[in-house]
Amino acid sequence: MSSATTPPDSDPTGRRQVHSMLKLYYGMNEEGKVESLDPCDINGPHFDPEVYLNKLRKECSLGELMDHESCTVKQIRSLDSDMQTLVYENYNKFISATDTIRKMKNDFKKMEDEMDCLSANMAAITEFSAHISGTLQDQHAQITKLSGVHTLLRKLQFLFELPARLNKCLELQAYAQAVSAHRRARCVLQQYSHMPSFRGIQDDCHVIMEQLAQQLRQKFRDGGSSAKDLSECVELLLQLDEPAEELCDKFLSHAQSRLEADLQGLEAELIDSLVTDTGGGLVQKTNPGSNPVSPSSSSTTNPFLSPTAGTDILEFIDRGCNEFVSNLCLVIASYQELFINHPQEGELASKKIPEMANGKLHVFVDTLAARYFSLVERRIQEEKGVGDNSLLVRALDRFHRRLQAISKLLPGSAVPSQGTEIVVRAARERIKQYLSALQTFYHDSLTDVRQALAAPRLSVGGASASGGGATSKDATPSLPELLTSLSNFILNQLKSVLASVHLFTAKDITFSNKPYFKGEFCSQGVREGLVVSFIKFICQSSRQYCESAGDRGGSTPPALLLLLSRLCLDYETSTISYILTLTDEQFLVQHHTPVTPVTALCAEAREAAQKLLNHYVKVQGLIISQMLRKSVETRDWVNTIEPRNVRAVMKRVVEDTTSIDVQVGLLYEEGVRKAHSSDSSKRTFSVYSSSRQQIRYAPSYTPSAPMDTSLLSNIHKLFSERIDIFSPVEFNKVSVLTGIIKISLKTFLECVRLRTFGRYGLQQIQVDCHYLQMYLWRFVSDENLVHFLLDEIVGSAAHRCLDPSPMEQSVIEVICERG
Amino acid sequence: MERCFPFQTSVTVYKAYTRVESDANTIARALTAQTAETDAIRFLVGTQSLKFDNQITNEPKRLSSENRVLTCAAVWRMPPEWESGSHESPDDSSNNPQTLELLCHLDNTAHGSVACVLWEPLGDGKRVISLAENHVLLWDLQESSTKATISSTATLEGKGQLKFTAGKWSPHHNSTQLVTANDTAIRGWDLRSMSQIYCIENAHGQLVRDLDFNPNKQYYLASCGDDCKVKFWDVRHINEPVKCLEEHSHWVWSVRYNHSHDQLLLTGSSDSRVILSNMVSISSEPFGHLVDDDDLSDNEENQQEDKGKEPLQDSIIATYEEHEDSVYAVEWSAADPWLFASLSYDGRLVINRVPRALKYRILL
Repeated sequence: MSSATTPPDSDPTGRRQVHSMLKLYYGMNEEGKVESLDPCDINGPHFDPEVYLNKLRKECSLGELMDHESCTVKQIRSLDSDMQTLVYENYNKFISATDTIRKMKNDFKKMEDEMDCLSANMAAITEFSAHISGTLQDQHAQITKLSGVHTLLRKLQFLFELPARLNKCLELQAYAQAVSAHRRARCVLQQYSHMPSFRGIQDDCHVIMEQLAQQLRQKFRDGGSSAKDLSECVELLLQLDEPAEELCDKFLSHAQSRLEADLQGLEAELIDSLVTDTGGGLVQKTNPGSNPVSPSSSSTTNPFLSPTAGTDILEFIDRGCNEFVSNLCLVIASYQELFINHPQEGELASKKIPEMANGKLHVFVDTLAARYFSLVERRIQEEKGVGDNSLLVRALDRFHRRLQAISKLLPGSAVPSQGTEIVVRAARERIKQYLSALQTFYHDSLTDVRQALAAPRLSVGGASASGGGATSKDATPSLPELLTSLSNFILNQLKSVLASVHLFTAKDITFSNKPYFKGEFCSQGVREGLVVSFIKFICQSSRQYCESAGDRGGSTPPALLLLLSRLCLDYETSTISYILTLTDEQFLVQHHTPVTPVTALCAEAREAAQKLLNHYVKVQGLIISQMLRKSVETRDWVNTIEPRNVRAVMKRVVEDTTSIDVQVGLLYEEGVRKAHSSDSSKRTFSVYSSSRQQIRYAPSYTPSAPMDTSLLSNIHKLFSERIDIFSPVEFNKVSVLTGIIKISLKTFLECVRLRTFGRYGLQQIQVDCHYLQMYLWRFVSDENLVHFLLDEIVGSAAHRCLDPSPMEQSVIEVICERG
Repeated sequence: MERCFPFQTSVTVYKAYTRVESDANTIARALTAQTAETDAIRFLVGTQSLKFDNQITNEPKRLSSENRVLTCAAVWRMPPEWESGSHESPDDSSNNPQTLELLCHLDNTAHGSVACVLWEPLGDGKRVISLAENHVLLWDLQESSTKATISSTATLEGKGQLKFTAGKWSPHHNSTQLVTANDTAIRGWDLRSMSQIYCIENAHGQLVRDLDFNPNKQYYLASCGDDCKVKFWDVRHINEPVKCLEEHSHWVWSVRYNHSHDQLLLTGSSDSRVILSNMVSISSEPFGHLVDDDDLSDNEENQQEDKGKEPLQDSIIATYEEHEDSVYAVEWSAADPWLFASLSYDGRLVINRVPRALKYRILL
């Protein structure tokens, strides 16, 4: 339904006027509406009935027109009835409003009369009041005067009674009251002290207060009193003009005596633990002999020892914290309460007590803390076992945490920083201990390896004669196993140490966020001081095996040298970088200071490996050399019999070389060798012996062709490279074996040159050399090397031969094959 | 037949290579300088062949000779015309060699083979020491040196078969001390009592091959051996060597101090190398500061000198690799302190000079 105010067929202008007036009355805003300009809108203001009708007529069918008409009629009717009700309602309202206005007119008339009456009354009251005040004026002045006298009298009475009152307070020990009373009277007495009576009172009071102060001081000195009592005492004394400095001193000395008692307790514990520790050690040392017999006796003594002997560092620190540090904190707090934070009034404020008191407190705390720290440090130094680091770390943490309380109480104090320094020192010390523990561990594990090596070496020696190394391998770990177990041991130990050290930087530890523990501890301490030092130590101790073990091969078994060399090489290739990466990751090392780079360590490890391997070659070469040398030097080569066999020494040499080959092969790769001639040594050798060697020295016995000899030997030397005997070897089997064989054969050569040979002596050398040639070629990188050296040996022997007639090559071969 | 080389080297001859040649093949092992000769630079070479007479010594100084199976020693006289000296010219060396005159044999078959023979370093050359097996034999030569008699002996006793390998007669202490080497030990002897005065056990890891006294520092001694090392000893503190060199790659057979500039040290090794080293720190030369500190008048020159002299430290001066076989002997010339010879197994004798730059640095 559209609006009820616009019946379409009644007078439109009249209706609209009413409409707008009503709107005005109800405060509605006409501008808010958007008026539609459509003349066909029946509710719009521009409605044109003609247009509307025309439009309907044009557009609609008859039926629709009929419908529309009935609908319109219905609407008109309802609008009419609405209109009527509205008119009635408005009429009623108007009538009631008229009634109300009339009633109000009557009421106002009555109120005007009452107001007049009120103003008359008020005027009367004012008049009365003025009258009364006028009469009371005189009496009021008198009363004021009297009350002034009264108060003065009361004050005087107070003064006169003061000595007695003070005495009574003294008796009752109500010091606070006495002091406050005296304070109240003091100024007055001071002011009127020229009058004799007041003077008397003042003197009396002085005496009494002196007594009071005496008593207070006594109480203060006694010390048995509680902190609260004490503070009260101090407060009163301060009010009594007692010099604050003296009070501070007394207070502090009093506190000091108590704190010293704590410290002494700690010290006693320290000494106790020392004594019992050594005592326990002695007991343990004496025990083992009678161990199975004496469990009962030890169990009886144990409870005796346990309370003190068992005090670990955590307990110690705990005790220190709970007793000393907390007492210290209490003292500081109460002291500050008394002397520093206490609001000073009047003349006390001008004395600058807080500054003085603060200075004293700092000195006091510093000296006591220094003693405490020295005790703690002593205790920490005793902490030598590297077993459980967490205890120490927790103890240090607690120690450090408790000191933070002091720093809160006493902001400028150096104590917490000193405490941190102690922690830092302890951490450093710890790293050192771990390093030495690692070093001893390394030594121990090397000793183990050495023992493990000693056992199989014997059995290999026994077994190699029978030709079986496999049986001994089953019984004891082989070289590669030893190597892996050794390196695993070391790595695990290092890891566990790192884990222990890592506790220092754990998040829940208070000191871990100190700059030292974030930076220097990680980089300089752990990385450099522990890990790098340890790796360097490994390299260095390995090198020592090359130097100190003696030039004769020393006590170091060659297999150990080989093992260590491989270990160092492994370190160079992977382990070092792994360990360092691990450390860097665990400790988030930020390198503020330059640190040892991985490459430098690797180079060092490689150098150590090289040195060890060289030494190994030297030692093994020396062992074989000695055999050869003995065999050459002890034999009478002039009067020897015709060779029937290869000498046993040569077989031994080949055997040893083979076993070395096996040993090295366990740890090192094969390595490259120069290409062999297609066939085995046989053919090469036969070529070598039948053509070259024959030419080489056969003519030398016939003086007819001297040129040939020197020429050939020179040509040969021209084409062969210079042989460095003790030259560094590469990290592979062939190179190692080549080195050993070079050393051995060169020794052989030099020894042969110093001997004189008979005919058969020369022939024996020929046989021996051929035998060596048959077996040694396979071990070396360049078989020509062996050829050349053996050639030289036979040549030199021929030179030193009295009757140089060489053996037939075929005979040599037969002998060698038979041997 | 063997022959010696009277080298008349002029300054223009900087290096000389010579092979010891003969009809037979030559295997040379021994070398010495003719120490009594002051004008000519002359070296004597000993060979080791079995077939021919091949040894040489000159009259005032010695060389050991090994011959046949049993080794024995003999004293020889140099041909007298050498001593007249002046007629020699460089091409003279290609002429026929002069023969040595055998004076006497040191007849010591009872004591075994001779390892080494030593002339008395000072005095009139009447005394000779030979080391044979484990005996020290002191010989007195009769007038004109035609007969030698044993005047005193000492014997080294101990476990096993002890054999002297080398020895040296000390030029200090009025020639009363001798030092010998056997196996790895070095021993000092007092010739007056023929008793041992000190012993450096395990001086080297292996056999000790040679010894030499520092000519200017009486307690200093150099030794070399099969462990490829050259060690310097102060015989007053025998626990530790003063210094140790490890430059050779095989046994060191010979070590020689320069006679007048004892920082110069020559070593020969069976790695075929000869090494000349400059051991300033343990020589008698002042070390570490300059001598001419007071010479402040010419500052500029001083500074330049400083720059030049500063790096004069223990170092290898040169490694000579001319030899192709083991070098068994090296020796300084007696006449020219800047000249030295080395001899290798194949008979090649190489004569070298100290590099001129170093020579001037030492002299200036």
